[in-house]
Amino acid sequence: MSTMDTAAPGVHEEHHGPASGIGRWLFTTNHKDIGTLYLWFSLLMFLIGGVMALLIRSELFQPGLQLVEPGFFNQLTTMHGLIMVFGAVMPAFVGLANWMVPLMIGAPDMALPRMNNWSFWILPFAFAILVSTLFMDGGAPNFGWTFYAPLSTTYAPPSVTYFIFAIHIMGASSIMGAINIIATILNLRAPGMTMMKLPLFVWTWLITAFLLIAVMPVLAGVVTMMLMDIHFGTSFFNAAGGGDPVLFQHVFWFFGHPEVYIMILPAFGIVSQILPTFSRKKLFGYASMVYATASIAILSFLVWAHHMFTVGLPLVGELFFMFATMLIAVPTGVKVFNWVATMYRGSLTFETPMLFAIAFVVLFTIGGFSGLMLAIAPVDFQYHDTYFVVAHFHYVLVPGAIFSIMAGVYYWLPKWTGHALNEGMGKLHFWCSFIGVNITFFPMHFLGLAGMPRRIPDYALQFADFNMVATVGAFIFGFSQLLFVWNVIHCIRSRETVSAQVWEGAHGLEWEVPSPAPYHTHTTPPRVE
Amino acid sequence: MSAHASYYVPAQSRWPILASVALFLLAFGAATLVNGLTAKSGAGPGLLMVLGGALLLSLILVGWFANVIQESHAGLYSDQMDRSFRWGMSWFIFSEVMFFAAFFGALFYVRTLAVPWLGGEGDKGASQMLWPGFTAEWPLMNPPDSERFPGPQELVDPWHIPLLNTVLLVTSSFTVTLAHHALLRDHRTAVARWLGVTVLLGLTFLGFQIYEYVHAYNDLGLTLNAGVYGATFFILTGFHGAHVTLGTFMLIVIFLRVLKGHFDPTNHFGFEAVSWYWHFVDVVWIGLFLFVYVL
Repeated sequence: MSTMDTAAPGVHEEHHGPASGIGRWLFTTNHKDIGTLYLWFSLLMFLIGGVMALLIRSELFQPGLQLVEPGFFNQLTTMHGLIMVFGAVMPAFVGLANWMVPLMIGAPDMALPRMNNWSFWILPFAFAILVSTLFMDGGAPNFGWTFYAPLSTTYAPPSVTYFIFAIHIMGASSIMGAINIIATILNLRAPGMTMMKLPLFVWTWLITAFLLIAVMPVLAGVVTMMLMDIHFGTSFFNAAGGGDPVLFQHVFWFFGHPEVYIMILPAFGIVSQILPTFSRKKLFGYASMVYATASIAILSFLVWAHHMFTVGLPLVGELFFMFATMLIAVPTGVKVFNWVATMYRGSLTFETPMLFAIAFVVLFTIGGFSGLMLAIAPVDFQYHDTYFVVAHFHYVLVPGAIFSIMAGVYYWLPKWTGHALNEGMGKLHFWCSFIGVNITFFPMHFLGLAGMPRRIPDYALQFADFNMVATVGAFIFGFSQLLFVWNVIHCIRSRETVSAQVWEGAHGLEWEVPSPAPYHTHTTPPRVE
Repeated sequence: MSAHASYYVPAQSRWPILASVALFLLAFGAATLVNGLTAKSGAGPGLLMVLGGALLLSLILVGWFANVIQESHAGLYSDQMDRSFRWGMSWFIFSEVMFFAAFFGALFYVRTLAVPWLGGEGDKGASQMLWPGFTAEWPLMNPPDSERFPGPQELVDPWHIPLLNTVLLVTSSFTVTLAHHALLRDHRTAVARWLGVTVLLGLTFLGFQIYEYVHAYNDLGLTLNAGVYGATFFILTGFHGAHVTLGTFMLIVIFLRVLKGHFDPTNHFGFEAVSWYWHFVDVVWIGLFLFVYVL
């Protein structure tokens, strides 16, 4: 160890290539290596969380209890949510940021490369702790990914303590990752790369990183209060001591609502990169995109209690949070308008990334509209905790966030590997996913409107048909992700090389470096005119 | 813009992965330890894991910072690198602000909404039906279920130790600034002197705080278990105290580095980062003094 670390100053080599063996990945300070690690980790978590989703859907294939114990069903819904949110979606976006932000702004690497490595390597340990709870006495956390008190305090299994500490270290990882991204964007831009020339993916990540730094500590605070209540006799969330279980919900959702935008703003950025490329036009309304992103981020701090309309808020609270929530539709509408206007009268071609991006625009908008329905407090009294909510957030997260990640991977994979995609297989993956995702989640709207509660392993007979359809769709969607894995591996191993620009209409610094991008890029910063 | 040409990208490093192992030991060990204590089944391997993790993390921090200092002394860091450190530290402190904001938010919510509602205010009558005899007050001396959560008999008098502690911390913010000004003028003995005074002020603050905790537990009945007043009191003052401890430790490190001859009038971001942190801890205390003790 000492030779490696103490040798670094003084005998620093400017253009070292990748180290050999496993050490390359364990000790790397290279933003491309770390981006790759994040992306593989995220894929692994996506598959684990996906298997849990399929178990849930299998249990719900027909009424009655057939496959899993109700207690284990609760653990499945909890772990599925936690793994997908913190293990799949967030690390995937951080991985894309690691790969692309330095390439896009003309930086030699991330601002703080060793801390970058630390941010990543905390995650496998944090998730090892989280997943190990499945094998503990009393089972894994079973209180839902939102872990409301007192389910997560008074009535929680002992494994909740492991969950709390796992959240603590993964929060530290997120905060360090976000600090790194902000420092990189603010400080490492190439000469001439002014803020209003930044690619939109970089802008959305700058704002996302701000949200992360603002709310991950609040999450740490709320799990700390849980820890104190469970083990040290405090009464934050216990009315018997003067506290309030609703306080948990307030603090949690003060984190939780910005968190859902953390999972969607980078998606906006990716789509805003892809649509202009395959429309062969500049992005429509660049400045308004930037301002809309910032507005969404600011509003996200003022709407948290729309998750709590049925908890007994005072009327003034219901009204404030209802109207503030509906305001978010304005900047979001600006974005959707701009995406459509970008495509309007463009020379469109429909390569795999473009298909995912267009599907994102359409399906995310459906998710946005159902969100608008949920924002209306009196109507939410009906929808609350039903499958309508499940349909809503899966529409914004699966064909929203996940589709954008797939779009981004297909878009940039040739740049990373230097090899061409198999377009046919990419399109097959797209159509299977597109059909599967809609068969899975669209019927859930009807189930929810008809009153089927979420997070329950059994249901009344009248819900049987739609549940069966949803389960079939889930298996179509789930297994078609194996095509994605195949496509990625095929692209890495392919011999068919691509040009630096890769896509005909692609513009930006990242398309000026060779494909595959060399281990070190922009060591001398390019000048942006 | 000339600084752009030489941004330092460090070679591979073993510190981060080792630090991840240390964090894993700390997290898994702490959970095992705390669960064991609550279940009264003993600490098990938890204590060992926590101690091992803490030791490992300390060694790593020493080694990692030693690397950074060597690199800085070797002249590998440009002005641009310096700005990266500044952004990094600023946003880290912002994250700490938000951490405390969560607890301050909890305090305000409990004071202005939760406790009055339990006492029957507003249109949420149901919560009052749970404990019909309960009267809302702040500070909450008699929690609704006073058998499970016996309220405090007395509170800490803000105008004795807390006021003294306020004076100590505010003074220490000035002394660390005096040290900074001395460093800018390259008066190294004055730097060491003012830093030493700052460290002593910090340690005195901590001593008083420990005394206050012992007093609260032994004489006032103000404990973690004393209902929501005790909960908010200890989580806010406790995390603040933990931050003062860390800040004092960082000041000691800087003090020793000054004695070793580190830092010069133009290049001393390590010093500045610690003084930023110290000012932040000071500002949080002002908030605590007002909202936890006085008001």
